[in-house]
Amino acid sequence: MESLLHVPEPAEPLPSATTRRGLLEWISSVDHKQVGIMYQWVALLFFLAGGALALMMRVQLSVANNRFLSPEVYNQFFTMHGTVMIFFVLMPALIGAGVYLVPLMIGANEMAYPRLNALSMWLTLFGGLLLFFSFLTGGAPDAGWFNYAPLTEEVYTGSGINYYCMGLLIAGIGSVAAGLNFVVTILKMRVPDMSLKRMPLFVWMMLITAFLILGALPSLNAALSMLLLDRLLHAMFFVNTHGSPLLWQHLFWLFGHPEVYILILPAFGIFSEVFPVFSRKPIFGYSFVVASGIAIALLAYGVWMHHMFAAGLGNTVNAFFSASSLLIGVPTGVKIFNWLGTMYGGSIRLRMPMLFAVAFLIEFTIGGLTGIMFAIVPIDWQVTDSYVVVAHLHYVFVGGSLFGVFAGLFYWFPKMSGKMLDEKLGRVFFWLFVIGFNLTFLIQHWLGMIGMPRRVYTYLDFPHYTLFNMISTVGAFLMAASVFVLLWNIFKSIRSGEVAPPDPWDANTLEWYTDSPPSLKNFERVPPVTSDRPLYDFKHSHQPDDAT
Amino acid sequence: MLAKPLWYHFFADTLVFSFRLIAQRQLSVLPNVLSTSMMNPAGEQARRIAQLTNYFFIAASFVLLVVTVLTVLFLYKFRAKAGDAEPKQIKRNVKVELVMVGVPLAMVVFFFFLTVKTMRAVLPQHHDRAPDVIVTGHQWWWEVQYPLANVTTANEVHLPVGKPVLVELKSADVIHDWWVPELGNKMDMIPDRENFLWITVHEAGYYQGACSEFCGTQHAWMRIQVYADSDTDFNNFITSHQPVAQTPTSPLAQTGERIFNTMTCGDCHRINGTAANGDDAPDLTHFASRRTMLTGMLPNDARHVHQFLANPQAVKSGVHMPNFALDDTSQNALVAYLTQLK
Repeated sequence: MESLLHVPEPAEPLPSATTRRGLLEWISSVDHKQVGIMYQWVALLFFLAGGALALMMRVQLSVANNRFLSPEVYNQFFTMHGTVMIFFVLMPALIGAGVYLVPLMIGANEMAYPRLNALSMWLTLFGGLLLFFSFLTGGAPDAGWFNYAPLTEEVYTGSGINYYCMGLLIAGIGSVAAGLNFVVTILKMRVPDMSLKRMPLFVWMMLITAFLILGALPSLNAALSMLLLDRLLHAMFFVNTHGSPLLWQHLFWLFGHPEVYILILPAFGIFSEVFPVFSRKPIFGYSFVVASGIAIALLAYGVWMHHMFAAGLGNTVNAFFSASSLLIGVPTGVKIFNWLGTMYGGSIRLRMPMLFAVAFLIEFTIGGLTGIMFAIVPIDWQVTDSYVVVAHLHYVFVGGSLFGVFAGLFYWFPKMSGKMLDEKLGRVFFWLFVIGFNLTFLIQHWLGMIGMPRRVYTYLDFPHYTLFNMISTVGAFLMAASVFVLLWNIFKSIRSGEVAPPDPWDANTLEWYTDSPPSLKNFERVPPVTSDRPLYDFKHSHQPDDAT
Repeated sequence: MLAKPLWYHFFADTLVFSFRLIAQRQLSVLPNVLSTSMMNPAGEQARRIAQLTNYFFIAASFVLLVVTVLTVLFLYKFRAKAGDAEPKQIKRNVKVELVMVGVPLAMVVFFFFLTVKTMRAVLPQHHDRAPDVIVTGHQWWWEVQYPLANVTTANEVHLPVGKPVLVELKSADVIHDWWVPELGNKMDMIPDRENFLWITVHEAGYYQGACSEFCGTQHAWMRIQVYADSDTDFNNFITSHQPVAQTPTSPLAQTGERIFNTMTCGDCHRINGTAANGDDAPDLTHFASRRTMLTGMLPNDARHVHQFLANPQAVKSGVHMPNFALDDTSQNALVAYLTQLK
């Protein structure tokens, strides 16, 4: 088979502190573990960039009538911050976690389509770089991350919007490919004994997420293409005289709301692994966790218009979307109590992943409850597009998704690198970050309720506006400081951290059966799968876990 | 007596001190914070929404309290101890799971009922009644029309107190949004759509709001100012705004009027009674009677008008007003003309 294209694959064990390998090998790799790790680096790169933008925004807003940033620059920064954090930080971090872990957890040695997998990762990176390239071409996108028409038409905004369309389109194609890859991998490549009912919950959540991606991203990709046609060829899809500005909102939120669940379900999956392991108990209500995940995914497609309650579309349609949005609170609430039930009666080891999981329970409950506010139409009419939204979405995306990423990082870092992350530095990072996070965003609920709209580059010196904003800015700097502690922790642990055994947490799933880091093949052999906790069963084979 | 640790004293003292402040009403923060808040309603619609919001806060606080207490309690009670035996491997409990679904479902049904009820009360159908006020959003100012009285003004909205006012909301360019928290709900202004809302103000006064849909560079300086007037005050406002603009009397102001008409000012601005009939920029017929300029950005006085004319971009970056590069004498004349347009 000489004529076949040679796919370079690593011949040595995977990267760890003891191996030194060239960049070229990483670039040409299609190994799911290396691609998964590269996804994390991509997320980290953009996380630092997006965080720097946020810090400069907080400096501008620290006092009333500040002139640190011009309105033009501020508008570019808040647009880029939102777009980057959602599409190029949380998505790659969570999809990358799936790419690394799903094959390991189902006892496979690769994703179903390894080349497509690498392509997805590179499309994400280049999409993000293209988006940032806009800064050099006369201005980044400046119409907000949801980019409402007709402000985004050529008459009103500059070329930055073209980069928004193209950057997200490229990354979006990568995401659709990743979704397809997950579906086929999970449905076709599990070890023979692993029925769907024995699948680890993280894999379940990735499967549901993958279907969400396949359903939701095409709507965004279509809308982006239409907007590009509008701007470059005067197609007028979203121009009010010939088309409809509201069409953009429908297409965007038909993607945008499932997107929220694309970012939270993988985090739910991570926590559903962390809670049982660190409580030394099985998950409480496995089938409820799965069923509520599926319920969330199905409802996700029927709630998009709660982003448009103030668009004046009428009480009847608002009532329908209010009902569907309220309903989504039920399966989400169920999950919170599944995790609490897992802790109940357990033997809780409060290590770093568990610390983030416990903090998540409370932070995410706050974010979830304020989410209900936006499902109740009359309250939404007051608080939508105010700072209450800013507070709410950060409690969900940071307190939910990002805490999931951090819990996952501390949990699986030993597997990925072969080294443990430092626990003491981890705790410093945790407390700085959690205190900074709450300081930044809790006060914004009140800011919104006393009338501060979101996306303003400055504000009048109303009573307490400056005080509240200053508190928020101080919190943002605490979070920034904590990120440096995290970076130092990662750097130090890779260089001289404690060596990780294959199963440092006494965990339940198959990835902990193999070496840390795993060999190229992942497994020589896999223990029999008799439940959703195959490794637990294997370690307790004298008293098999028989689902009683 | 057992010595308490330092942190205990710190928290206990803080707690006692705060309660004392609240009891003595010395905590001046609270009333001030509420002064522009949606929870300090001054109108019927805002009152109904604030009431629903209060119900929601009670329910939400209860849920948050339950989750927090359980989390902390479990962490305290079930922390691993050295030599712990493996805990009992509970996998499910149907009764608990049914409660987990049932309680949130009941709360959801309850709030859906309140949602529909409040929504219908706040935004009932208007059955083709002609609007009392039409507000049109422009980048970055508000056009305000009273079609029944044939009055047009800009940026400062006067509303009569004590009766339901039907406000029609439109946009001339991109999407804007009307929001005055003390007076009730938001409503988007979308090009080629006619949205409406009802405002029933209870108390005369001055209410602040802001455009709440991002609409471009100067979205931040698109403040809304509402004056809720008693019947006499409102009638005075209407009658004082019905006549055409005053003709200037001083020579300087007359020069100003000439400059206004020879430059292209009138292509965008309107001054009733003169040739200026543009509709793309604020109506200036009674400009000097307004308290602020540039949509709530600056106090409306000669100094600020002067500043703005000298270099619009330096005052409000991105604004669509061109820089006419006028010399000082022309500027003074224009300022004199504009500031006497009572």
